[in-house]
Amino acid sequence: MRRHASLDFGPFLFLATLEGLVQAAVLTLTALGLSLVFGVMRVVNVAHGEFFMLGAVLAWWVSSLVAGSPALGFLLALVASPLVVGAIALASERLILRRLNYHPESTIVATIGLLYIIQQTTLILYGPDARSVEAPFYFRVEFPDFGYSGYKLVVIAASALLLLGTWFVMRRTRLGLVMRATQYDSETAQAFGIPVGRVYAQVFALGAMLAAVAAVLVVPIQQAHYLMGLDPLLLSFIVVIIGGLGSLGGTVLAAVLIGLSDGILSVFFSPTLAKIVSTLLVALVLVFRPEGLFGKRAR
Amino acid sequence: MTDGVNQARVSRRTALKGLGIGAAMAAAPGFVRYAQAQSSAPIRLGAPFHRTGIGASYGRWYEQVATACVNLINSEGGINGRPIELIVEDDGTDPQRGTEVIEKFAAEHKVDVVFGHLFSHVVAATAPRAGELKIPYLVCSEGHQTAAGAFNRYTFQPGITDVKAQVISMAPWISQNLGRKVTIIFPDYAFGHDHRDYFSQAIEAQGGEVSALIPIPPTETSFTRYFPQIPSDTEVIYHVMVGPGVLTFVKELGEHLGSRRPELFGFIDSIEAVDLASPQLEFLEGTYFWEGHPRYAQPGQSEFDRFYRATVGVDENGASVDDPRDVSTYAHMFSVWETLFVIKQAMEMADYQGPEQKAAFIEALESIESWPESREHPQGEKIFNAAMHQCFGHQYISRVEGGRLNVVHTTAIEDGLYEQEGPDYREMPL
Repeated sequence: MRRHASLDFGPFLFLATLEGLVQAAVLTLTALGLSLVFGVMRVVNVAHGEFFMLGAVLAWWVSSLVAGSPALGFLLALVASPLVVGAIALASERLILRRLNYHPESTIVATIGLLYIIQQTTLILYGPDARSVEAPFYFRVEFPDFGYSGYKLVVIAASALLLLGTWFVMRRTRLGLVMRATQYDSETAQAFGIPVGRVYAQVFALGAMLAAVAAVLVVPIQQAHYLMGLDPLLLSFIVVIIGGLGSLGGTVLAAVLIGLSDGILSVFFSPTLAKIVSTLLVALVLVFRPEGLFGKRAR
Repeated sequence: MTDGVNQARVSRRTALKGLGIGAAMAAAPGFVRYAQAQSSAPIRLGAPFHRTGIGASYGRWYEQVATACVNLINSEGGINGRPIELIVEDDGTDPQRGTEVIEKFAAEHKVDVVFGHLFSHVVAATAPRAGELKIPYLVCSEGHQTAAGAFNRYTFQPGITDVKAQVISMAPWISQNLGRKVTIIFPDYAFGHDHRDYFSQAIEAQGGEVSALIPIPPTETSFTRYFPQIPSDTEVIYHVMVGPGVLTFVKELGEHLGSRRPELFGFIDSIEAVDLASPQLEFLEGTYFWEGHPRYAQPGQSEFDRFYRATVGVDENGASVDDPRDVSTYAHMFSVWETLFVIKQAMEMADYQGPEQKAAFIEALESIESWPESREHPQGEKIFNAAMHQCFGHQYISRVEGGRLNVVHTTAIEDGLYEQEGPDYREMPL
């Protein structure tokens, strides 16, 4: 363990846990989107990270349109940005994925293309600079041994709320029922009159919107940049593989696990080691439990 | 046939008219003076700038300075009576693309000189290729590699002092005024390693000690997790950060430290192209920064600095004249301006007419010993060590006061001089 004379073990662990929770909060939302798309549609969306990036960039754009109070701009971004991203996702689903008949290999290649199209279009229109979005409010929480951003604590709470919302949609609404039915067996669902094509489009848009909303939450602490989609994509893949592709509960648990371990290992040792550990975990899961920790074996 | 006969018969009046028009055109600004050159073909300068990637904010300003400077030189007659043609390529702040771009400059654009690379990992990859291609390569980096003798006869750094000289010259001031126990936070690649190695040495030479070294990857976006490594007995936090995350870096540093902070000494890189009036940067009040060239116009500003600011389109706060929130990379970008004038000077000394005079250009450049503070060198006077292909100039230490940076100490050039470490570049074959 590295030398860390500034903090005793207790506060040190506390800081590490806070950092881990922030990471876990954002990651859960992002990975949930990826997992949902895979679970229902059985396609891997490689452009998922770019929807995250778009969410952040649009948040900058929306909030820069609103002069005066940063809170107003941010709240508007929180609503508008996921909607726009959802619309873009919907359009790409209709124009690309549907025409490929959701063929697993073809959609991987197609979404790789989509990744570059979104990323480079952003570079052309938005530019290569990192731009900051002002947090809706700012206060510093003074713990006995260190200070922490109050906004980060709010990110954790907001993510938990959004997560509850997603759970509610999936478990308690007709839309969720239809999605789950499609996920369980799309042919039977179709036979029962569920418009599977439309469900796919909705799911794809919803997945992208989850990534976008996570990005809006995180952008005041990270800045919007056209290359910011890569990390969330890799981490989401890690989470989804560990949690079990398509298992939403597993995704949430794995995201918290990876987020916390990443936060704690990063603080105590080094962020590089944290990445090594989570990647190693993926390898182990793939070797010993290919369906993921919480996934069901393929029927 | 009649037409042909008519054309052949040029009257005295027509001939005079033609001569008159020719003379008028030759007298027109920006045209005439090329007329005396043996060839009026342009001198082609290749500029691999970081238009995209982690160095993008620097790249944009480097390009703006280069464009303004080339326009100025051209309006005053170009180099040896020939205009400069600036050819910009984006290298994505990527080492691999850096080498590809220099190959493109050599093979496709057939440029006379390449200049303007900044990020040290890109320079490290590109300089050897420039040597192989035998293309003069003038970097506007701060890396120590050139001065250390790691490159070749074709690679120069004549426009900005290297990190080793910068930190040696400032270490005495830091240890006397801020403290002796230092924690160094640096980006984990070549440029940051220069800071780690040479500042550690320099502060130890002053009787100080390094209490912790904290490397951070330059692509990092979240920084709080690194700060618990700062030991509580640290007297000075020495920070230098680059990349798109710099604003987040300083914000999170402020969040973590609060009011009970040790002294902070940062390289301006940590807030380069960042508006000091950004929210949450108030904690920087009373902290210190290195500046290669003071962002805010200082009392007693030289006429050269005033002229340079006006020409490149920067106001007295170091921001774009078009948008006061668009802050420039003022502490670094002077090197582009000065390097262009060094190219001009060496080409004029060598009476450079084309790539066949490459060797004469390099020998002329190696014969230069110093530059006075001037319109061509607005950052200040410099001396040039030809054996090391490296210039040495003044460094500025500024304090954040009332949301602006005020220079509190200027180092002497001699403070940064050190023994030559590598081979004498002048003895390498051309």
